[in-house]
Amino acid sequence: MTAIRDAIRSNARQYGMVMALAVIVILFEILTGGLLLRPLNITNLIMQNSYVLILAIGMMLVIITGHIDLSVGSVVAFVGATSAVMLTGWGLPVPVVVVLALLTGGLIGAWQGFWIAYVRIPAFIVTLAGMLVFRGATMIVLGGESIGPLPESLRALGSGYVPDVAGGEVHLLTLLLGVLASAALVASQVRIRARGLRYGLPVGSRNLFVAKCAALVVVVMVFAYVLAIHNGIPIVGLVLVALIVAFSFVMNSTTVGRRIYAVGGSEKAAMLSGVKTRRTTFWVFVNMGVLSALAGLVFMARLNAATPRAGTMFELDAIAAAFIGGASAAGGVGTVVGAVVGALVMGVMNNGMSLIGLGVDWQQAIKGLVLLAAVAFDIYNKNRVGTSGAARRRAAQRPVPPPGDGGSEPGAPPPAARATGSGRG
Amino acid sequence: MTDTILEMRGISKEFPGVLALENVDLRVARGEIHALMGENGAGKSTLMKVLSGVYPHGTYGGDILVDGEVRAFRDIRDSEAAGIAIIHQELALIPQLSVAENIFLGNERTRGSGVVDWGRTIGDARALLARVGLREDPTAPVGSLSLGRQQLVEIAKALSKDVRLLILDEPTSALNETDSANLLRLLREFQGNGLTSILISHKLNEITQVADSITVLRDGRSIETLRTADGEVTEERIIRGMVGRDLDHRYPERTPRIGEVRFEVRDWTVDHPTRLDRRVVDGVDLAVRGGEIVGMAGLMGAGRTEFALSLFGRSYGRYVAGTLHKDGREIRVRDVGDAIAHGIAYVPEDRKELGLILDDDIRRNMTLAALGRVSRRGVLDPGQEVLRAGELRERLRIRSRDVFQRTGDLSGGNQQKVVLGKWMFAEPDLLILDEPTRGIDVGAKYEIYQIIHRLADQGKCVLLISSELPELLGMCDRVYAMSAGRVTGVLPRGRADQESLMRLMTAARPAGAAAPTTSEA
Repeated sequence: MTAIRDAIRSNARQYGMVMALAVIVILFEILTGGLLLRPLNITNLIMQNSYVLILAIGMMLVIITGHIDLSVGSVVAFVGATSAVMLTGWGLPVPVVVVLALLTGGLIGAWQGFWIAYVRIPAFIVTLAGMLVFRGATMIVLGGESIGPLPESLRALGSGYVPDVAGGEVHLLTLLLGVLASAALVASQVRIRARGLRYGLPVGSRNLFVAKCAALVVVVMVFAYVLAIHNGIPIVGLVLVALIVAFSFVMNSTTVGRRIYAVGGSEKAAMLSGVKTRRTTFWVFVNMGVLSALAGLVFMARLNAATPRAGTMFELDAIAAAFIGGASAAGGVGTVVGAVVGALVMGVMNNGMSLIGLGVDWQQAIKGLVLLAAVAFDIYNKNRVGTSGAARRRAAQRPVPPPGDGGSEPGAPPPAARATGSGRG
Repeated sequence: MTDTILEMRGISKEFPGVLALENVDLRVARGEIHALMGENGAGKSTLMKVLSGVYPHGTYGGDILVDGEVRAFRDIRDSEAAGIAIIHQELALIPQLSVAENIFLGNERTRGSGVVDWGRTIGDARALLARVGLREDPTAPVGSLSLGRQQLVEIAKALSKDVRLLILDEPTSALNETDSANLLRLLREFQGNGLTSILISHKLNEITQVADSITVLRDGRSIETLRTADGEVTEERIIRGMVGRDLDHRYPERTPRIGEVRFEVRDWTVDHPTRLDRRVVDGVDLAVRGGEIVGMAGLMGAGRTEFALSLFGRSYGRYVAGTLHKDGREIRVRDVGDAIAHGIAYVPEDRKELGLILDDDIRRNMTLAALGRVSRRGVLDPGQEVLRAGELRERLRIRSRDVFQRTGDLSGGNQQKVVLGKWMFAEPDLLILDEPTRGIDVGAKYEIYQIIHRLADQGKCVLLISSELPELLGMCDRVYAMSAGRVTGVLPRGRADQESLMRLMTAARPAGAAAPTTSEA
């Protein structure tokens, strides 16, 4: 019992968000009378939220480095507009346009990253300027009108499915991918645990571990089955899974990720540890630009048109997702998976509230309150875990003076900068 | 029976899981300077927070009596109304506001109804500044003042509240010797006017100089109160009370094994980053041998930290001239990455801002400067990382639960050990230590000295920057003195003493008549 309590407590942030998501899903499943989790709706959920999810991943990195990006919505629109012109006006083939679009995004990111990292203008200002500049540029490119329809092969990115090999009632390839994903998940969990045991790292109890693996497999397989009895896996879903896995790996297991966290945690300390802080910040913004471009392509593909108002308010959705997912406004804290969970919380709420016929007016207000509540809960939790959790009690059992005079007093609130949204950015 | 202004009786304060104070007694006589001493974590600051109402009445056990009456302070305003003012270690001044605005912050001189009376504000500020011996323009922004002067502004601020009992939490830890002496003289002067003060400090020599009585705390308990008037209050006596044992030697023994010159700096010159006419480091020549601990003495503003930072990958100011040689060959160090690659490490003075990422755990901090050692082609090996960090934690005797503890939750001494561990992990050849024991208690200091010795014994070069002359004399094989950006002399162990160093540190020109320089540098 205590093992479980300790495990939950030490991972309160992660579990808290996942549990909140579960509660919201169950709530709307009941409120909508079972509509929410119908296969068709699940597929819709993925497709509707794919671009915000893509943006949220990039935004998480930006926020971890202690910055913010307000321009992503405008970049989504701009990349969509230029791509549409290239496709329909110039008649360039789709693969070429995709590459050029991502390149455009990268260049935009480099432009903003240059001002932020090297000229040291606050990201808030640079990207606010970018928000206006690229929205304006979108309107110039489109001449105030929408461009559409688009070639079929591009539209697949927004609304296509992975084709089935067998072609029966149930989508076999999807189930197969589900099995493969489960196996990979379990294998990686086992590997991590084995390594933990080898190096004497804290690992949970064996039963808990088995339960966790079983739960993961069940979730993945149910998910795969639900998709399989509809149309199979959306192409954009595969893209998302690849992005989540890749970015989680980079942030958790590579020196690059470690340096990104370090820059956000304390830029000066990172610099004096040999981290090239400016270059790191610069590339984080380039990455954000590329992901914005990808989101722009997906959104345009789904809409089957490039419009001047595309991507409006996307930046706020992405930022909200990151903060709901546990990012800190002061930087240095946050996970890719957190951003994904945060984006899903927003997405499920959007979808669920629409299904029960709640107006956009109410939706906005409720989403705002959820954002505030999530961050407030997070901060409350952090204060409690930080000062009174099992950790503190264990520390007290040793003949160790409590962290004292010079440092933070036990029980004292953590630095306010962590708690408030003022931070940098 | 002396007249008691303050009595704290049986104070206990519990934080969840930790008893920070246990039945602490403190009795302060009117008009005395009362020192409060103890290692980091002994509960000094907590006790003062109880007294000043930061922890309100009801959250602690025991009684606070002011002038013989039990008082229940709900917040700082209550305690200020009773004439108690506290000046924290970290100054609570707003750099952008003027001196006068800072002095009357929260206590503004107004013409009623919230309109600031600037005439009175400036006039009263000037009078208060005169009392603390500061001749500054009250309209100057506080940020433009030196740290020592800012400290005096804080005191003026306390005086503006008609303070009767002034609490100073490590007021001199960030000050140089002159400013410290000035501050202590001021305290004595106020004492003559009837002000009582409680002084928290780690500097034993200061305490024995000015304190009338000394209360020692250890592990949240009051151990004893010593009176200077009774005689027999020596530094050793206080240390014994603080650590609960005798500390025979404050500096560990070491037989230096000094090798060849490994690092040599020639004509190093650096300008201020924004004020181009200011030369901060001016033609510094310096050499460090393998296995040698070389000290750098200097007053605040002498340019020691600036020199070290600019050497460490040009992390400060504008590089003007100078070369750096390692093992006789010139090396180019243009950023911190280059410096680390050439085996140079710098442990900064400000460990919280510059040394650590406080939100990260011990492990992540320790490996940050040499991630290549725990990764392969950019992919980290988490097992190796934890293992290596764990080894260092053991070797440095860092007191923590494990390597996953947040460094922000560690005490000052343990934080410093993490920073040391980070650079030991990078396996440097030259380790520059900038005030490595500032704000650290006696016991941890000794351990850090031992670590430094071990590094030197392994043949590493150590450059030790310190503002505490006894530390330099006790630790170093040679000491360079700097003044106004220049090296004014270098003395080998045996020929260096406090007086000769102080003369060099205050010398205007290098190698003057009063400054014997050895030829070996």
